[in-house]
Amino acid sequence: MRNRFIVLLGAVLVLLGVSSGCHAAGKVKAVATFSVLGDMVKQVGGDRVDVTTLVGPNGDAHVFSPTPADAKMLAVADIFFVNGLGFEGWMERLENASGFTGALVVASGGVKPLKMTEDEGGHEEVVTDPHAWQNLANGKIYVANIRDGLIAADPGGKELYEANATKYLAAIDAEDKAVKQAIASLLAARRKIITSHDAFGYFAQAYGLEVIAPEGVSTESEASAQDVAKIIRQIRAEGIPAVFLENVTDRRLLDQIAAETGAKIGGVLYSDALSEPDGPAPTYLGMFRHNAGALTAALSS
Amino acid sequence: MIDAVVQPFLEFAFMRRALVGCLAISLTAPPIGVFLVLRRMSLMGDAMGHAILPGAAIGYLLAGLSVFAMSLGGFAAGLAVALAAGLVARSTVLREDASLAGFYLVSLALGVMLVSVRGSSVDLLHVLFGTVLALDDAALLLIASIATVSLAVLAVIYRPLVLECFDPEFLRSVSPLSSPTHLLFLVLVVLNLVAGFQALGTLMAVGIMLLPAVAARFWTEDVSGMIGVAVATAFSASFAGLLLSYYANVPTGPAVILSCGAFYFLSMLVGVKGGLLWRLMPRKHLEA
Repeated sequence: MRNRFIVLLGAVLVLLGVSSGCHAAGKVKAVATFSVLGDMVKQVGGDRVDVTTLVGPNGDAHVFSPTPADAKMLAVADIFFVNGLGFEGWMERLENASGFTGALVVASGGVKPLKMTEDEGGHEEVVTDPHAWQNLANGKIYVANIRDGLIAADPGGKELYEANATKYLAAIDAEDKAVKQAIASLLAARRKIITSHDAFGYFAQAYGLEVIAPEGVSTESEASAQDVAKIIRQIRAEGIPAVFLENVTDRRLLDQIAAETGAKIGGVLYSDALSEPDGPAPTYLGMFRHNAGALTAALSS
Repeated sequence: MIDAVVQPFLEFAFMRRALVGCLAISLTAPPIGVFLVLRRMSLMGDAMGHAILPGAAIGYLLAGLSVFAMSLGGFAAGLAVALAAGLVARSTVLREDASLAGFYLVSLALGVMLVSVRGSSVDLLHVLFGTVLALDDAALLLIASIATVSLAVLAVIYRPLVLECFDPEFLRSVSPLSSPTHLLFLVLVVLNLVAGFQALGTLMAVGIMLLPAVAARFWTEDVSGMIGVAVATAFSASFAGLLLSYYANVPTGPAVILSCGAFYFLSMLVGVKGGLLWRLMPRKHLEA
């Protein structure tokens, strides 16, 4: 009886060992916090990686509230890609709640962060600007981190990840040149925009655009009359030609500002989230193509 | 000094629109608030403010950020909750406050769930906190029309309403107007809340309805006097709140409501009818 039990126990243990080995042979389960990261992981991971994104297209990661379904999904993931730089305030709690035991990859590791001064009710607060992906040069750092993270989690796919990453990096380079050219073609005096979300700090610095916004870094702070008055005065004083919307915030405030100053509403700029797959900005590079196009269209006329 | 007060409104159209919106609300909500306070239904205003959320959420889900759709939905939901609470209070062992509490909590939870179905949770905040700085033409028209209708109806039902506040049994014995008056009054409460939520958000809308009325209680015992004081308070608080937001760089909605609150505390201290300061002073006894 005892012998039979030992054999049975041994068989069960072997089966468990084999099944966990089988697990690694299937697709790598990756979870990305938001759509931009999700797209990048898909580009680098290709067919070997199954990517799920927590904050989907047109979603707002600043005020995202994870559900139990998200925690369940994270619990069985092999690798978790986050932006870092304070972008995902809810991330630590989700990690702890889900009991995630896989690898955590901070995509912005090694990026030189920009600081922002936020004017909150008279006193100024310096916070880190988390939107590092808005500079394509940082995007290359992201891709490198993603590639390294995937190789560490799934060494069998090393060649594929490196090949995909190299191709993607070249595409990013090309897009970077194109955006720089597009902005440079505008008159220096017209390289100014107003947009409803302070998400373009890195873009502004990298491509020579001046960006002014009526609200702070995240979409949580409510605008005061003084903020709106300052923006309107600035638009009037400097003759800023266009006002841009961003796909996660309310357009009523911008409509009001545009109506009062006569500025054009230039369209939608995508910053924190990609559009739907059939929309104008379904991928990371697609987002830049769309944004550059919208900017030149509004600012050159 | 005068220049500093007037200049922001001369220079900016959005300030003028915000002022007009706030003044319209100040004309229509405080009288309703006075009656809520007199009928001991003050907290009902706050509960109803929460109850209209699922209607606004359904309006948003069906038609996006359309002022008309969200207002209509909010109005329908609020009316449904008010009527249901009234019915339950009249036909079961529960009283009005308990039945309303039950319905408005269910309504609020439903609203939160419905809005989260859409995905973007930032929309929930925008549904709850409208911003008075972004009142477009549609919103202003809505507020103005609700103000007009509300004042007209209030003028018509003024006498039975006052009587219902002070002696409802007598009204029931001499006239069949008791129930319709109560119902019409509930409709006005919901209508004004819907207007307020466009300007100040559901949470703040109740503030402009109740705080001036509560403050007015300390200045007069006459109902029409209370209405006058409440409206004047709301006017000044709107003005002060907008200027505060402009000069001190604070969000506008809370600034307006806190101005109302400041006047409330002031009234509590020095109001002629029952102000605390007067109570502490020794007074002469009238001798026979």
